[in-house]
Amino acid sequence: MTTESIDAVGDVHSVLAVGPTPAAPSAFSTVLTIAWRTMLKIKHVPFQLFDVVVTPIMFTLLFTYIFGGALAGTPREYIQYLLPGILVQTIVFITVYTGVGLNTDIQKGLYDRFRSLPMWQPSPLLGALLGDVFRYSLAGAIIILVGFIIGFRPAGGFMGLVWSMLLILVFSFALSWLWIIVGMLMKTPETVMTVSFVFLMPLTFASDIFVRLETMPGWLQAVVGRNPVTLLARATRGLIHGNVVMWDIWWVLISSAVITAIAVPIAMRLYYRER
Amino acid sequence: MPNAIETRALVKSFGKTRALDGIDLTVREGTVYGLLGPNGAGKTTTIRVLATLLKPDSGQATVAGLDVVREPDAVRRKVGLTGQYASVDEDLTGIENLVLVGRLLGLSWKDARRRAAELLEAFGLSSAADRQVRTYSGGMRRRIDIGASLVTVPDILFLDEPTTGLDPRGRNQVWELVRRIAEEGTTVLLTTQYLDEADRLANRLAVIDHGRVIAEGTSAELKASVGANAMHVRVADASQADAANAAIGRVLGNGMMPGSDAQVISARLTNTAQASEVLAALTAARVDVAEFSVGTPTLDEVFLALTGKPSEEEAVERAR
Repeated sequence: MTTESIDAVGDVHSVLAVGPTPAAPSAFSTVLTIAWRTMLKIKHVPFQLFDVVVTPIMFTLLFTYIFGGALAGTPREYIQYLLPGILVQTIVFITVYTGVGLNTDIQKGLYDRFRSLPMWQPSPLLGALLGDVFRYSLAGAIIILVGFIIGFRPAGGFMGLVWSMLLILVFSFALSWLWIIVGMLMKTPETVMTVSFVFLMPLTFASDIFVRLETMPGWLQAVVGRNPVTLLARATRGLIHGNVVMWDIWWVLISSAVITAIAVPIAMRLYYRER
Repeated sequence: MPNAIETRALVKSFGKTRALDGIDLTVREGTVYGLLGPNGAGKTTTIRVLATLLKPDSGQATVAGLDVVREPDAVRRKVGLTGQYASVDEDLTGIENLVLVGRLLGLSWKDARRRAAELLEAFGLSSAADRQVRTYSGGMRRRIDIGASLVTVPDILFLDEPTTGLDPRGRNQVWELVRRIAEEGTTVLLTTQYLDEADRLANRLAVIDHGRVIAEGTSAELKASVGANAMHVRVADASQADAANAAIGRVLGNGMMPGSDAQVISARLTNTAQASEVLAALTAARVDVAEFSVGTPTLDEVFLALTGKPSEEEAVERAR
């Protein structure tokens, strides 16, 4: 063990004699500070980010080269269809980490410290979400980059990518509130992960991310067609390839608004609840 | 001098459990006050109520003259809290953790960095400033944690079991730190299960059991309430414990104190002359004595005398 510092306790007298007396910080500033913390975590634990993009990248490679020819004629054709959906799946998966991270912070006692500070009380929650939106964007960028390498060419150009990312972020932001609720209800980060994926797995796989809706049996089309992830994947493909139907975007915005309207009050009530 | 902390008939229940069952405390400004009690006695709940993390069901609590229920924001400006588990981010470095707290308290980036560096220096953590906290030893972790509570100097510092899980060296470092913090005028309210810790650090103590204060005073007062002189006899062979008990009983009549170790017999003496009488009686009974001592009772014995059961620490020892 060489981790013990050999420094002795130093001059406590002078640091306590004149402590700073700052003015109360604005809510804006405390939210940004908490978001900064998330960025530091990405810097120190980059593995966590790679961890969540590795599976989607494997899916992309497998599906493109093994099934691509059968599903769309050629792998190159198929990647144009698949990649927007994979982008959606990747980011939707990462939203779970918002709940996991929150739960970890609560269990470790970090939230007790935050809540005992004289700041706007919802700052830790909103700041973490803001930081996570940055994390989502980074993961999205990695997926798009890998896509480019294996032949993905968005017909909608750069702005199509930007608009599609924004739409995914709006939906993911809404979805994160659900995992915040789960994160506050569960006892351990592991249960948060398991419980969240129980909802998320059917939501992402019973969608048209991998195959076209028309290839499914009629009864399944009825279910899959109403899945918000299908709606998001469809709108994303439209934006990326420049042939979006406005109603697809509206449906995503409406479902995001509905999720937010239901989840935020519950999440805030749980946040203020005593632990 | 006004009181830093005052509680009157504080009650807090979780479901059917009454965690606090009418806690009355008065802590003078600038003192170190210890809440002593076993696990589940209500120590942490008391601190959480005082740090505005929990609302009491009934009763009153003021911190720095401010009501914790009606003025929680004002209270938060006066207090620092270091929880039972290290409430810092293990993924971040030491300096990042302190800058984070400084920013959340409203310091500019520049001031937050300067303050973080000052605290690390004072707490002997400068050389570990840029290392992730997860690589810190237990003692270092606790120091950075306490440091995070001192970014702005609080009037009142709450420390929930500051040395639990630390090795003797880590404990000594934390004790030293707490003493120096108190010297600077910050009132410290700490909870502990360690009786020697309360004895060494706290000016006054409250012994808490089942959500109630069962004794209050200075450590000397608490010891005196149990008996001026305590005698301890350790027999060399456990099989002779009964014979020793009987011999001591004949000399003293009563005053035997219940013990947690069968080989150790403790009793209260009314005068020191009794000590030689006990020794004579033991020799006459041919009891082989391994240790014999007379002194003021330890807080362990105080706890035992007050609650009728050994303290958590001893209960754990015995279970081994």
